[in-house]
Amino acid sequence: MLDFIQQLVNGIALGCVYGLIALGFVLIYKATEVVNFAQGELLMLGGFFAFTFITFMGLNYWIGFLLAVICMALLGSTIERVVVRPILGYPQFSIVMATIGLGFFARSVAGMIWGTDDLKIDTPFSRSVTENVVRIGSLVIADDKISIIVATVLLCIVLYLFFSRTRMGIAMQATSQNMLAAYYMGIPVKRVFSLIWAISAAVACFAGILLAPSTLIHTNVGFIGLKAFPAAVLGGFGSIPGALVGGIIIGVIEQLAGFYLPQGFKDVAAYIVLLLVLWFKPDGLFGMKMRKKV
Amino acid sequence: MSEPILKVSNIESFYGPIMAIRGVSLELHPGSIATVLGANGAGKTTILKTISGVLDPLKGSVEFEGRPIQRMDPDKIVRLGISHVPEGREVFPFLTVRENLMMGAFLRRDRTGVNDDLERVYTYFPRLKERMIQPAGQLSGGEQQMLAISRALMNRPKVLLLDEPSLGLSPILVKEIFAIIRRINQESGTSILLVEQNAKMALETANYGYVLEVGRVVMDDTCERLLNSKDIQEFYLGATEEGARGEKRWKRKKTWR
Repeated sequence: MLDFIQQLVNGIALGCVYGLIALGFVLIYKATEVVNFAQGELLMLGGFFAFTFITFMGLNYWIGFLLAVICMALLGSTIERVVVRPILGYPQFSIVMATIGLGFFARSVAGMIWGTDDLKIDTPFSRSVTENVVRIGSLVIADDKISIIVATVLLCIVLYLFFSRTRMGIAMQATSQNMLAAYYMGIPVKRVFSLIWAISAAVACFAGILLAPSTLIHTNVGFIGLKAFPAAVLGGFGSIPGALVGGIIIGVIEQLAGFYLPQGFKDVAAYIVLLLVLWFKPDGLFGMKMRKKV
Repeated sequence: MSEPILKVSNIESFYGPIMAIRGVSLELHPGSIATVLGANGAGKTTILKTISGVLDPLKGSVEFEGRPIQRMDPDKIVRLGISHVPEGREVFPFLTVRENLMMGAFLRRDRTGVNDDLERVYTYFPRLKERMIQPAGQLSGGEQQMLAISRALMNRPKVLLLDEPSLGLSPILVKEIFAIIRRINQESGTSILLVEQNAKMALETANYGYVLEVGRVVMDDTCERLLNSKDIQEFYLGATEEGARGEKRWKRKKTWR
């Protein structure tokens, strides 16, 4: 039982990261109907930025964190402006290819700048394996796992308040629901798209930094994005709470599969779930059907 | 007559290779209602889209208060004071009625003014106030139309572009909506360009009318005279001339062909 809880907590922490990446997919998809296959690479770049600010330049962790998030947000809107906007309106396929290409490009550039070794960030949660832990009875939970869960919850609250309370947030929802009508309202749709990419990249950066203590930072860390994809589908691609719940479910299943099932199942568990979802509930858990009245 | 607030001159707009409007000119005078009549595919909606900047005309110009506005971004045009109520409502289905209305006021910063206007549209359509916190997707078609009109009014427009407000509504609701359109025009002096298939309702509401066929204006006159014109009566209002033997003996030809 103790093992189970231990694995559950670790699974939730991992799932939070999947959830955040899935959230990035969903945000961009909902607003612009583009699937950004470079989401995982944004996470990787976020990690590298954080490494540069915190370890390389020796800044305070929180300041470095903030700077990395800001840089990634700027990079996100630049990508939208330079790569995505010119090909909007062309078939989905070209945009998908463009984002996949962007992913390769980001990986190579990161390799050239930061090298191909594993890099480590010193965080306030991972100084020592024995001390930075919370003990509840005989349950031992590492601080960095808790930091992931707490940070994800906080980020979700902030995003929720932004999307439901602020004028710009509601305008983003409006744009994703009916782009033409958003134009008629005078909502600057192009700026909304840039902003969505900025937010997505910032969320990816957040996830990248949170993940850094567990996986270290290297050029292939972005492949985690491929596991977040099933999470987004499970949640019903297009639902923000769905992405998070889907992420956590995938994370927990993967962790438990790794612990209880024979070796190898850990890595395919996410895709087995993906196939099952597509078979039995292609709309996902939180999928919304749009109906238009005439 | 006064200077037109909105002047469309010789615009030609395309959907890809298809020419949807072929040199249309029309004028809207301040405080008046003009209507554009025409069958499906005549290009009525395209004219409105060209004015509001969603489509760019290949040729011709659109002037608002004497300034050319063709090829401007739609959000700039909304800022100038032209609001568009699109065909088929196009509300934001998962936002509440109130949020939908606030999106109409997206470009405005004066909070008290926005609140006043919110109250004003609630007096036009009390039903929206009752449904304030419901998602717009749950409203009936008529209520969605009310919402779409109110949402455009939240921008306090000088010119309101109305695209088929009667689409899919019951006759009684159509009457109600047109009464409100007249009221908006009279109370706040908003100039309205109305596109309609329901020719009778439109001609009774508007001051001046344009008849559009396959992308061209074939007739334009005051609505009174249009209502009395034989062509309009036959082809748009459905009146039939009785022949000597109590039946129609020949098919009337349109005089503009």
